[in-house]
Amino acid sequence: MEGVYRRLRRFYRPYLPLLYVSLSLMLLTTALQLAYPYLLKMIVNRVVIGHQFGELLPLSAAILVAALIKGVFNFTQAYLAQVFGSRTSFDLRNALYKKLNHQPFSYYDRIHTGDLMSRMTADLDAVRMFFAFGINNLMSIVLIVFMGIGLMLSMNWVLALVLTALMPILAVTALRFNSRLHPVFQNVRRALGRLNSGVQENLMGMRTVKSFAKEPFEIDKFNERNNAYYDANMDATKLWRTFFPFIEFVGNIGVVLILMVGGWLVMSQRMNLGDLIAFLSVVWYMIWPMSQLGFYLNNWTQATAASERLLEILEYPDDFDAETEHVSKEMQGRVEFRNVSVKFGDKNVLSNIDFVAEPGQTIALLGLTGAGKSTLTSLIARFRDASEGQVLIDGIDVKEWDRHRLRSQIGVVFQEPFLFSTTIFANIAYGRPNASVEEVERAARVADAAEFIDALPEGYMTLVGERGLGLSGGQKQRVALARAILLNPSILILDDATSAVDMETEYEIQQALQQVMEGRTTFIIAHRISSLKRADQILVLDDGKIVQRGTHDELANQEGLYQEIFRMQFQDFASMSEVPVAMQTGTEGNC
Amino acid sequence: MSVHETSTKPSDEMLRAPFIYRDDEALEKSFQFTLMKRLASYMLPYPGLIVAAFCATLGNLAVTLIAPYLVGRTIDTAISNHHVSSLMTYGAILAGLYVLNFAASSFRIYLTNQLGQRVIQGLRKELFEHVQGLSSDFFDSRPAGSILVRILNDVNSLQDLFTNGVINSITNLFTLIGVIAIMFSLNWQLSIITLIVVPFMFILSLRLTIQIRRSWQQVRLRLSRINAHLAEGIQGMRVTESYVRQEENQEFFESMNRDYMKTFLMAQRWSIPFGPLVDITGALGSALLFWYGVHLLHNGVVTVGLLVAFANYLGNFWTPIGQLGQVYNQILVAMASSERIFQYLDTRPNIVDRDGALPIPPIKGHVEFRNVGFSYELGRRALTDVSFEALPGQTIALVGHTGAGKSTVMNLLGRFYDPTEGQILIDGKDITSVSLDSLRSQIGMVLQETFIFSGTIMENIRYGNPAASDDDVKAAARAVFASEFIERLPDGYHTEVLERGSRLSQGQRQLISFARAILADPRILILDEATASIDTYTEHLIQKGLEVLLAGRTAFVVAHRLSTIRDADQILVFDGGKIVERGDHAHLMSVGGYYYDLVAAQYRFLA
Repeated sequence: MEGVYRRLRRFYRPYLPLLYVSLSLMLLTTALQLAYPYLLKMIVNRVVIGHQFGELLPLSAAILVAALIKGVFNFTQAYLAQVFGSRTSFDLRNALYKKLNHQPFSYYDRIHTGDLMSRMTADLDAVRMFFAFGINNLMSIVLIVFMGIGLMLSMNWVLALVLTALMPILAVTALRFNSRLHPVFQNVRRALGRLNSGVQENLMGMRTVKSFAKEPFEIDKFNERNNAYYDANMDATKLWRTFFPFIEFVGNIGVVLILMVGGWLVMSQRMNLGDLIAFLSVVWYMIWPMSQLGFYLNNWTQATAASERLLEILEYPDDFDAETEHVSKEMQGRVEFRNVSVKFGDKNVLSNIDFVAEPGQTIALLGLTGAGKSTLTSLIARFRDASEGQVLIDGIDVKEWDRHRLRSQIGVVFQEPFLFSTTIFANIAYGRPNASVEEVERAARVADAAEFIDALPEGYMTLVGERGLGLSGGQKQRVALARAILLNPSILILDDATSAVDMETEYEIQQALQQVMEGRTTFIIAHRISSLKRADQILVLDDGKIVQRGTHDELANQEGLYQEIFRMQFQDFASMSEVPVAMQTGTEGNC
Repeated sequence: MSVHETSTKPSDEMLRAPFIYRDDEALEKSFQFTLMKRLASYMLPYPGLIVAAFCATLGNLAVTLIAPYLVGRTIDTAISNHHVSSLMTYGAILAGLYVLNFAASSFRIYLTNQLGQRVIQGLRKELFEHVQGLSSDFFDSRPAGSILVRILNDVNSLQDLFTNGVINSITNLFTLIGVIAIMFSLNWQLSIITLIVVPFMFILSLRLTIQIRRSWQQVRLRLSRINAHLAEGIQGMRVTESYVRQEENQEFFESMNRDYMKTFLMAQRWSIPFGPLVDITGALGSALLFWYGVHLLHNGVVTVGLLVAFANYLGNFWTPIGQLGQVYNQILVAMASSERIFQYLDTRPNIVDRDGALPIPPIKGHVEFRNVGFSYELGRRALTDVSFEALPGQTIALVGHTGAGKSTVMNLLGRFYDPTEGQILIDGKDITSVSLDSLRSQIGMVLQETFIFSGTIMENIRYGNPAASDDDVKAAARAVFASEFIERLPDGYHTEVLERGSRLSQGQRQLISFARAILADPRILILDEATASIDTYTEHLIQKGLEVLLAGRTAFVVAHRLSTIRDADQILVFDGGKIVERGDHAHLMSVGGYYYDLVAAQYRFLA
C-alpha cells in the first residue's frame, strides 16, 4: 500500500516543506495541549491543596496564553496542511488532465466516461483530503500518544506503564482494521464508478431511452447500481461498527485502570491526589483523539484505494516516444502504405494494404460497413499504429514524425461531429485558436456552413455544445468540416463526413474543397458514388483487403463490388423510365 | 483565459472563448428554513431507524455525562477516604458503563450510517427517476456532464449531513442541555461565571459563517465548471488530440483549476478559525473557572472533587459546541447542493400525460397533421402550417434540405415536443390526449445518431422488447442484414460493446439500431437518415428486408438517397418549415418543381 504513495511522490514532493512546517507546528500545539493538564495539576497541588493563592492568577493566565498560542498555531498548522493538500491535488489534477489529453485513441475505446469522471472528481478528492488533513490527523494521534506517555512517565512511571500496556492492543487492532478495510473501499469506489458510468450513459442515450419508452428499464438498471453502492458502503459500516467503538473502549478501560491503580497508589501514599487528577486529565485528553483513530484510518484507506485508481490513469503505458519522433517539417502530403496490416486481437482488420497517394490527389475509400475504411485512415494521423508494415508520409515513417507536427498538418473530420460548449467561431477555430475572423469565415464558406451560421440570430457567436443545441446533423457536420479546413492541412481526411448533407450541398462543398486542397492530399470515405467519382484513385475495401483500385471510369466498367454498388445507385434512376432522356439533356449543359 | 457567461469581456475574447459553461445561480439566503424542512422530510420514511439511532446515541450520551461524575465521586469518596472496597465498586461500575458505551457506539455507528446511506440512496433514486421523466428540451439545453454532477456529486455531498450531522447535532444539543443542567445543579455560581463567555463566542462565529457560506458557494461554482469541462473534454478527446489542442486546453484547464484552488483555500481560511475560536473561548472559561473556583473552595463552598468534575463537564460543554459548529458548516454546504437538487426535482416536464390520459389502443397507423406549427425557441420557427395525412400502412418520405423541418416533424410525431399550433392525430386521437408510454412504445425510431449501450449486442437489440427470445433477436438481425457482421465477431451476439459502441463502426451501430427498432415491432416506424452511414450494398439488402417489415406499418422516412424515397406512397417536400410539394414520385417528377430539381441534381452527380 505504501507503494501507492511512493508512486505519487512527484506530486507532493515540492510541497513537503509546507507539510513539515505544519507538522512541526502541530508538535507545538500538541505540547501546548498537554500543558493544560500540567497547569491543572499545578493549580490543584499548589493552590487548592497547597493554599498558595498568589499563584492562581499567573497559572490561570498561563492557561489562557497557552490557549491563544495554541489557537494561532492550530490555524496555521491546519491551513498549511490544506495548502499542501490543495497544491498537491492541483498538480495531480493537471497531470491527470494532461495524461488524458495524450492517451492513445484505443484507451478511449475502452473506458467509460462516467467512470473516468468519478476518478477525476471523487477519487481525486479522497486523495486531497488525506493530504490536506488525513496525514496531520494521524500524526497528531501518534504525537498525542507519545507525548502523553512521556508526560505520564514524568509524573508516575508505574501508572504510565499500565497505560502503555494497552498500546499494542490498539496497534494490532488498527492494522487489522486497515487491511480489512482496504478491499472494502476498493469496492466502494468501484461501485461509485459503475453508478457514475451508468448515469452518464443513460444521459447520453436519453433520446434512445425516450423513443423506446424505456424509462422504467433504465430506472431498474440505475436502482441496481444505486443499491450496489449502498451495499458497498454498508459493508464498510459493518467494519466500522466494531472497530471504532473498540478503539474508544480500550481508551476508556485505560481510565478505569488508572483510577484503580492510581487510587491504590494514592491510598498507599505513593502518589499525591493532584498527580492522579492531572494524570487522569492527560488520559482524557488522549481518549478523544484516539476515538477518532478509526475515522482517520478510514480516510487513509480511502485515499489509498482512490490513489490506485488515479495511478491506473497516470501509469497507463505511453505510446509516445520522443526519441524516435523527431521529424518536424512542412508536409507535402505524399502518403504511402507499405504492406500494412492491423490486428484487433487475433482478427485482421486490415491486411496487406499497399498504395501511394501523391500530393494533390484525392483518394476515395469505398467498402461495406466494417470493411476497415476508418481503421485505414486512422493510421495516417497515428490514431493507431499498424501491426505490420509501414505508413509513410513524404517518405518518412509516421512513427518518426513529431506527433503534434504530424497531426497539426492533417485535418480529420470524424464520422460523428463533436462540438464543444463554446461559440461556433471557437469551434471552427479549435485547431487554430488565433485564426483571424476572415479565415474562419472563409473556412465556413468552403464547408458551406457560412450561410446557415449567418442566418442564426447570433451568427458565429451562437453557443453550441455537447448536443449542438438546435443544430441539425448536417449543420454539425459542416461546422466540423470547417474546423478541418481552417487547419489548412496538407492531408485532409473526410470519414463519411458529409453523410447527413444532401447531394447538392455535398457537391458544392466538394467543388470548393477542390480549390482549397489543390496540391494537397484528400482522403474521402463515403457510400455515395457521387461523392467518390471524381477521385483520382478509388480503393475498394472488402474485409480489410483492397479488392479493387482505379478511377471511377475504370471501376465502373470492371466487374466487382464497385460496379455492383454503382449499379444499385444508378438503378434508382434507370428505373424511372420517364426521366433519363429529359434529364440528361437538361443537365448536360450545367455540368 | 477562462471566460464565463457572466463576464463582460470584449466581444473578440467572447467569440474565441475556449469553452463556455453556464454557471448556476448562487443562493442569496444563507439559511433557508423551507429547504431545511424539505431536506429533513427525506428522513421521515425511516422513523424506526431514527428512533433506534437516537436511543443508541442517548446511551453514549449517558455514559459521557455520568462517567466524569463517577470519577469525581471515586476521588472524593473512595480515594480521599482510603476506601478500597468502594474504589473497586466504582471501578466495576465504570467498566460496566464503558461496555455499555461500546455496545451503544456500535449500534449508533451502524444505525446512523444506515440512515444516511438510505436517505442518500432514496434521494438519488427520486432524482434519477424524476430526471428520466423530464422532456427533451431539458436534455437539449444542458450538457450531460452537468446533470451527472447533480445526480452524483451533489447528492453525495449531503451524505455527511445525513449520516452524522443530524443525529450528532441532536445528540450535541442534548449533551449541551444535559451538561448545563448538571453544571447548574452542581454549583450555579461556577456555572454562570464559566458560561459568561458563550454569547461573546456566538456573535463572533455568526460573523464567520456568513463568510464561510459565501466562500463555499464560490468553490462549488468553480468545481461544477471543472466537472462540466471534464465530462465534455473526455468525450471530445479524439477531436482534441487530432487537432493538437492539448496545450491550449491544458492552459485553460490549469487556469480553471488554479481558480478553484484559490477559492478553496479562501474558504479554508474562513472555515478553519472556527475550531481555534471555540478552543480559546473554552480556555477563557476554564481560567475563569479556576480563578473563581479556588475562591469558592477556599470558602468551603465546593470540594476538590467537585471542582475537578466541573472542569471535566466544562470540557464536555465545549466539544458539542465545536461539533455543532461543524454541522452548521455542513448544513451551509448542503444548502448549496440541495438547492441544485431541488431545482431539478421542481422542474416539471413539458410533455406530460394529461389528467386521465388513457393508453392509446393498438395503433392502426392513421396519422394526421392538422395545421401544425412549431418553434424550438421564441423567434426560431421550425414548422409553419404543416398538414398531411398518412393512411395505415403507407410510407411517407420527407424530402428537403438540412434544416427544412423534416426532423422536427419526426420529433413532434414521437411527442418529444408538443406543437405550438395545430394538432397531431393518430387513428383520430390527438396524441396529447393519450398516455406517452403507450404512444412511444408503439412508435419505433431509428435516428442518424445511433446510441449503443454498454452490454452485449444481444442486449442492445433486445432493448425495445425485453421479452424477445434469442431467436427473435437473431431473426431481427437477419432481417436487417446485421447478422453477417455480428456472427463474424469473436463472441457473436455476446460481444460486449462499450458506451456509444466505440468498438463498432458507425454503419454497424446503425444496423444494430435497425434490428433494435424492428424487434420492438412498432406500429409506426420513423427512419430519420437511418441509413446514412450504411453502405449502399447493405442498404439494398436492408431495403428488401424493410419492404417486408414496412408492410402493414405506417412509416416516415427521411433520406437523401433517392432509392429510399422513390417507392414511398407519398412524398412531402419541405422547405423553410413548410410543405412546398406533395405527391408520389411519378406525380412530382411530372410537375417539374423542387423535387424534380432535386432528383435531377442527384442524377447529375452520379452520371
